[in-house]
Amino acid sequence: MKQYVLQRFLQMIVILFGTSFIIFFLFAILPGDFIDSNISLTPQRAQELKSLYGLDQPILHRYLNWLGNALHGDFGYSLKHQEKVLSLLNKYVWNSFFVAIFALILTWSIALLTGVLSAIKQYSWFDGAVTFLVFAAMSFPSFFISLLFIKWFGVDLQILPIGGMIETGSENTGVSYLLEVGKHMILPVTILTLLSVGSLTRYFRTGMLEVIRLDYIRTARAKGLKERVVIFKHALKNAILPAITLLAFELPGLFSGAIIMEQIFNWPGVGRIQLESVSFRDYPVLMAFTMFLSCLTIIGNFLADVTYAAVDPRIRLR
Amino acid sequence: METQSLLVKQQNSKTIVKSPSLWKQTYLRLKKNKMAMVSLFFLMFMFLLSFIGPYFSPYILDRTDVANMNQPPSASHWLGTDNYGRDILTRLMMAGQISLTIGIAAMFLSILIGSLLGAISGFYRGIVDLVIMRLADILMSIPGLPLLLMMGAILSEWKVPAEYRLYLIMIMLSFVGWPGLARLVRGQILSLKEQPFMQATEVLGLSDRRKIFHHLIPNTVPILLVVATLNVAGSILSESALSYLGLGVVPPTPSWGNMMDAANNFMDFRKRPWLWIPPGTAIFLTVVSINLLGDGLRDALDPKLRR
Repeated sequence: MKQYVLQRFLQMIVILFGTSFIIFFLFAILPGDFIDSNISLTPQRAQELKSLYGLDQPILHRYLNWLGNALHGDFGYSLKHQEKVLSLLNKYVWNSFFVAIFALILTWSIALLTGVLSAIKQYSWFDGAVTFLVFAAMSFPSFFISLLFIKWFGVDLQILPIGGMIETGSENTGVSYLLEVGKHMILPVTILTLLSVGSLTRYFRTGMLEVIRLDYIRTARAKGLKERVVIFKHALKNAILPAITLLAFELPGLFSGAIIMEQIFNWPGVGRIQLESVSFRDYPVLMAFTMFLSCLTIIGNFLADVTYAAVDPRIRLR
Repeated sequence: METQSLLVKQQNSKTIVKSPSLWKQTYLRLKKNKMAMVSLFFLMFMFLLSFIGPYFSPYILDRTDVANMNQPPSASHWLGTDNYGRDILTRLMMAGQISLTIGIAAMFLSILIGSLLGAISGFYRGIVDLVIMRLADILMSIPGLPLLLMMGAILSEWKVPAEYRLYLIMIMLSFVGWPGLARLVRGQILSLKEQPFMQATEVLGLSDRRKIFHHLIPNTVPILLVVATLNVAGSILSESALSYLGLGVVPPTPSWGNMMDAANNFMDFRKRPWLWIPPGTAIFLTVVSINLLGDGLRDALDPKLRR
């Protein structure tokens, strides 16, 4: 086990460096930057600014420079917000995080419940309905479903706010502030849940179906155990075991912000910062954030592999 | 007497030979799946509507009509008209051509790159495998939508004309799509390589190229078919999201995604739902049908997996 973890860890380090270099390289060859797109600068001033930000040096040199700073927690300076990238992201990432974490909890609870129930009642009307809804949820373009929900609940019924995190000019504090934010969060959380619940429900359903066909379940039934005990005590454990790894894959999603949802709901999260930095060519922000997400993805993969090896000894033997 | 029994024998052997091929069996199984068949017919309808429908439309694409701006659906304009007085249904059909073409072309490109690189890395292993798979790992760990957004921004920076953009969108989508496919094909090749028929190709002294293209890749076709179908759905969704954000297919070329851009104007969003609900519904129904068809295909191709 130790050897496996170590091996996997070293592999992770290599991929981390490779990824960071590729991302850096991609950004370096991007045509047009914040300085080029500012037409009010004289060529001379543009040149000065470029050397100030170190944009005139060879790529490898710049990469090593950047890496050195990044390892000290310095990810550069947002050219648009005139603020350190780290503090800028820190300001917005939590708004995204809270929506994501609520959505994650909801998604997993709903998926586990409906997935297991529809597996137990395979081919029943309930199972059919769940299967259909799962496909519908998997196929909705995120922007379309967001717009529809805003139209139904925000414009037609007027029971929920159409966007933003607080009312304009609101000065609520304490509990009423939380309630206000909560009310604004209902639609975004619902949308995110809806978009991700489909595939997870299917996952739990297939997992459960595979397990209840195994011999040990037949043995449990033959012993005369109650069906409830067979399903929830014996089958469920094995069915959800592989899902632990999926939880590790969710890691980047918690911080990534949902670009499209945040754009439509005017949610002050990190997804909008991303989109904004694309349109303003604010590459330091975009690059730092892309790196951050890639690192989380890689760490998530590592955690997934290690937890899987920990709970399932067969993996280690490979 | 003897000739008769021989005849019976011959007939028997004939019936054995006549057992349906893999594809026929698959088709027969697929036919029993009601949801998949409904989806298949809907997709055919969507294709006919998009590619032949415009010829039956009395309206010309992009012809503006100031007298009939922002008309709600009526007998002459079934889905109403937009801010320039263009017929929404005609635009919807033309946009369907673009969106469906991009989805399918991006899928073919991803399959081409993914299965080629996957096969090579599974067949040769060693350093080639290491390089290709690490590259795939890296590409897969960069989040997809931001990557596409960046590439979309580059296209805008280069001022790529609208009519060429859609080709570049296809390439972008396949660039994001190939790593998953390469991994899948590689896994398949690894297990196929251990099978006796590959020993036979070794004994026959076939060239590597022949082994890969005539014996290994054809065996991955069933699983590829399923993944390819689902890939089309994913590509259509990505393209529509990009176009909705203004970084994919840009006007005047219509696509289902950029037609939804009308919803970004609050007045249009509130008062004129016929501008953005039809394209959104078209995306949704098409993607749902493709997903259901793909799922049906998976069940039909591998009855062991039937769940």
